[in-house]
Amino acid sequence: MLKRVHFGSSWLPFALVAPQILITVVFFIWPASQALYQSLLVEDAFGLSSEFVWFDNFIELFGDEHYLGTFQRTIFFSFSVAFLSMAFALTLAAMADRVIKGATTYRTFLIWPYAVAPVVSGALWVFMFDPTLGIFTYTLGALGYEWNHKLNGGEAMFLVIVASAWKQVAYNFLFFLAAMQSIPKSLIEAAAIDGAGPTRRFTSIILPLISPTTFFLMVINVVFAFFETFGIIHAVTQGGPAKATEILVYKVFNDGFIGLDLGGSAAQSVILMLIVISLTVIQFRYVEKKVEY
Amino acid sequence: MAEIHLRQVGKSYGEVEVLQGIDWKIGDGEFVVIVGPSGCGKSTLLRMIAGLESITQGEISIGDRVVNDLEPAERDIAMVFQNYALYPHMSVYNNMAYGLKIRGIPKDEIERRVKQTAEILEIGDYLTRAPRQLSGGQRQRVAMGRAIVREPSVFLFDEPLSNLDAKLRVQMRLEIKKLQQRLGITSVYVTHDQVEAMTLGHRLMVLNGGHVEQLGTPIELYERPLTKFVAGFIGSPSMNFLEAKMSEDGSKAHFTGGNSLELPAHLSGHGDRRVSVGMRPEHLLLDENGSNTASATVHVVEHLGADTLVHGTFGNDDGPELVVRLDGIKTIGQDEVLTLSIDPNNIHLFDPDSGKRLNT
Amino acid sequence: MVEHRPIVTLISHLVLIFGVAIIAFPIWITFVASTHEAARMVQIPLPLLPGDQFFKNLEQTLFKGLEGAGAPPVGFMMVNSLIMALMIAGGKIAISLISAFAIVYFKFPFRMGFFWMIFITLMLPVEVRILPTFEVVANLGMLNTYWGLSIPLIASATATFMFRQVFLTIPDELLEAARIDGAGPMRFFIDILVPLSRTNIAALFVILFIYGWNQYLWPLLVTTDQSMYTVVMGIKQMLEAAEQSPDWHQIMMTSLLAMLPPVFVVVFMQRLFVKGLTETEK
Repeated sequence: MLKRVHFGSSWLPFALVAPQILITVVFFIWPASQALYQSLLVEDAFGLSSEFVWFDNFIELFGDEHYLGTFQRTIFFSFSVAFLSMAFALTLAAMADRVIKGATTYRTFLIWPYAVAPVVSGALWVFMFDPTLGIFTYTLGALGYEWNHKLNGGEAMFLVIVASAWKQVAYNFLFFLAAMQSIPKSLIEAAAIDGAGPTRRFTSIILPLISPTTFFLMVINVVFAFFETFGIIHAVTQGGPAKATEILVYKVFNDGFIGLDLGGSAAQSVILMLIVISLTVIQFRYVEKKVEY
Repeated sequence: MAEIHLRQVGKSYGEVEVLQGIDWKIGDGEFVVIVGPSGCGKSTLLRMIAGLESITQGEISIGDRVVNDLEPAERDIAMVFQNYALYPHMSVYNNMAYGLKIRGIPKDEIERRVKQTAEILEIGDYLTRAPRQLSGGQRQRVAMGRAIVREPSVFLFDEPLSNLDAKLRVQMRLEIKKLQQRLGITSVYVTHDQVEAMTLGHRLMVLNGGHVEQLGTPIELYERPLTKFVAGFIGSPSMNFLEAKMSEDGSKAHFTGGNSLELPAHLSGHGDRRVSVGMRPEHLLLDENGSNTASATVHVVEHLGADTLVHGTFGNDDGPELVVRLDGIKTIGQDEVLTLSIDPNNIHLFDPDSGKRLNT
Repeated sequence: MVEHRPIVTLISHLVLIFGVAIIAFPIWITFVASTHEAARMVQIPLPLLPGDQFFKNLEQTLFKGLEGAGAPPVGFMMVNSLIMALMIAGGKIAISLISAFAIVYFKFPFRMGFFWMIFITLMLPVEVRILPTFEVVANLGMLNTYWGLSIPLIASATATFMFRQVFLTIPDELLEAARIDGAGPMRFFIDILVPLSRTNIAALFVILFIYGWNQYLWPLLVTTDQSMYTVVMGIKQMLEAAEQSPDWHQIMMTSLLAMLPPVFVVVFMQRLFVKGLTETEK
């Protein structure tokens, strides 16, 4: 990764990496190690003294039904978001790949939710499902279904999943479409000559060939749902009702900033870090199998 | 204008020696060519002269300055790269002017020089274009223009024609030669193409595996190759090397396949040993009345128009493989047996093991 | 496609149009809500067609803000968002360019160590280290400043990797030619490398602008002073106020304004956006 032809050592390269390294150390590595350290401490209620307790915080967390519930909920939430948005995006991409005219126009109309901030996406959906005013609430009411996500945990979960998936469709669509368009036309034509119809070609040629992209998107979507949906949840349900939509990231924030349980919050941060690290490793291990664009 | 002096120049990467003991004095205004197969170290040597590679042994001087520790920019050289290395985002004009700007040459002087150089190279119409809008030949000219406009004391060429098609290559080769004659600037040219080497260079250095096989003018290399390697490398098609057993008195060479050749006095003195007899395809003649004749069995005939290439074996089918180049169009059939003759002065003897020339 | 079956093509178009409709519906509703007056927005059912109050609502939202919510005018918050987004995008690009330059073009001690340090940032998203990072920023006195909003977010492994990738594809001969022309490292960087990376820089800028503009959790933590609020945060503020008195026409107008700049960037710089998205994920 170093150029065969390069400059020799002097003070210059150090000066060039300095800003990045400085910020990394001060705002990334130092806080992360603080989290690591704090996760081994217990502070008293007034924050006056702290005691080194080794892994007690972790043991406590994994003995805590609430935490384990949050864990399960996060996994359910993440995979639902990933599945919903990927399935929707895959269908649309397959169609867009089929139509020659207008593919770019459709792309334009489908990709812009990527630019919508999670909180804004949350605001949009919470408005449409507002228990008293929302358009969908009204429609559902007319059909005889009483919608109130402020009281019903399942409905709340559904709402945050839809709001998150909606935002993520754009990204998935873009990558699926790029992957499909990078499959050589001759391959599809060969399959057609072999007698495979459109559906057959999709399942036996296109799907296997884009599987690296599918895997990559799976990881990306899970990461998104794990870490970047804070805004959606904060806007739509604030983790409620009765913690029905509290996911890990939300709990870290809640316990740390609202509950002021430093040790417990830090221990949760450490667990989250481990999750990110393993997801990153998975992503990088398979990165060479990724389709070239 | 400057001489280039290489004194015991060597290069190693850690333990690996890629060049050793290179001594050469290149005269002022001379056009020399470094030629050899890929991986022989020829580009490395050129890049050492340019200052793009460090010199691990020996000394290089340009003019009267030892340049070992000088930056490329301080060596007063200009280089033409194989892929031209034109700055893709700059116009032709700016590509040529960039080095002059850095040197702080006044604007009007830069303009005068670029215009004048563009005139010489006939690229005056393209000055505002980007390199990607040019054809291969035009890019080549711009790359040369960038070198010329600097008015350096040495030109370095790193396989500048190898990205061009065959026809353009011949044309540009001629132009480079004319240009060098006209400007009279000391030039070092690296190529793997022996035709380019022979046609361009006043003198050639044949490199092989990091050491010098032979130095000399094109004629010297052709007529008196010092090693089998040089003999095989220079000339196309390559020289035939035929294994032979010398008679005891050294006056005759016996070949498998039944042939034997009389060797004149100046080739004798290598009695009772194995030798490698070198004969160029164009030196073998269809001449039944010649003094020194031998037979050859024809396998394949290739008609090129101007000449005819005959591939076969020396003697009968068991003999060593042989290529003969005959002038003009000859009607020769497969399996025909030809009678060939060769002027003894065109016979080269090499040691089959060391590859060194035997007849001095 | 391979065979010509108009029916299949028609179905494809219908599915796509249906998909676009689903994706666009929330935005339509947002737009409709922003065109009615407050009184209309409490009557059930809510309108599905736009009203005539768009410009009045726009003016009210941009320059006065939501009465009772205690938030500054949205126009003001948008300026904050813009400053933050530009600082984050510009800062990330600048520091990533120079660090990738150092790592690719210089041989110096600890080079790989630095590379791995940058790599690690990939594994530490702000969400997992909010509390200690907040403490650092608080200790540095950077709460309620643009610096506090942007600097902790500008270290970027992805941008550094992307520039590294770009630099690695630039032929070595260009550097050699530049050296023979007499250019030093910084001159080469400014005259050759940066211009050659300009489309990548632009593509990255598009992505990072959206990233910066849409930041939520971090601004929520480091700004307590209303004068530093960003528009994305402002929406949340309004939603909380909406629990008592729903001023949906203004909330939706604000949502519209909050998504406008990044959506504009995506739609009108689509080519750069797609390039940026696919390349940073490499």
